[in-house]
Amino acid sequence: MSETAFTLIDESRAIETVARITDGDVTLSPDAVRTALGWELKPAGLCQGDVCIPVRDDRIAESGIDLTVLAKALGRPLALDAEQGAAALGASADDRRAQFDSLDAPDFELPDLTGALHKLSDYSDKKVLLIAYASW
Amino acid sequence: MSTVVWIDKGKIVRPNAIEYGSDMFTQFHGLESAPHLAAVRAWVNDGTIENADEESVKARRMVATPEEQLARAEFALAWHLSQAGNNEAAERHYVRAGELSPFDWTIRRGSMPIRGQNPMGPEFFEFAKEWDAAGKPGYESEAAKRAG
Repeated sequence: MSETAFTLIDESRAIETVARITDGDVTLSPDAVRTALGWELKPAGLCQGDVCIPVRDDRIAESGIDLTVLAKALGRPLALDAEQGAAALGASADDRRAQFDSLDAPDFELPDLTGALHKLSDYSDKKVLLIAYASW
Repeated sequence: MSTVVWIDKGKIVRPNAIEYGSDMFTQFHGLESAPHLAAVRAWVNDGTIENADEESVKARRMVATPEEQLARAEFALAWHLSQAGNNEAAERHYVRAGELSPFDWTIRRGSMPIRGQNPMGPEFFEFAKEWDAAGKPGYESEAAKRAG
């Protein structure tokens, strides 16, 4: 089975890669997983830095990694449309909760009405009332 | 709708909550602005803030469930497909996202203009009816949460 173009959205980042698509199942080569997501297949499993996730199937190096199995191993939600050659990997609810455990406000940068950029950390010695709204 | 989070020296001291600076839409959503504005003034003027200890703030924060996180992934995929001009495929994922997180306004109402629907039109009022019948989820007042 030949490989075809595939778009993988990692949170908000769209990555163009290649995959094998068979009967709705999407398989990525270990090389594609490493390039797209930074997880490298090693004897200990799929590794990123010091963190390794055990992968028990010895055939992965040859046959590739099923995207649904990969998402489950990473504990991340997956929205998949094999027919359209695209999928989105979201952040896990546990990771989101862990991010808030410190109660440190995550830094960000946005332009004001004149285009000048402001970082939240520019106001780190002040009280900030941050209001987000949608105008629809 | 507006979501407000209070930050002091880089730390969240009051978690994000839906609050309003006026009562223009109080009849619709049921939230009054006065308690929020009084709390902001007290915080700014004399540093008073209720229930700002770490445990209390963590207990009141809104953290998405696994289903809500999956809904956001479905929304991201739908948006990508919309951008690529594949509206038919995108629609399936917008619908799925709405099923997974039925009262997420960003998903339900925010997707309306992208899907060719009027965010002030009949689709919105259908959604608003569902949300009202379910007890207006997400619009619990922050003051009520602090009071337990």
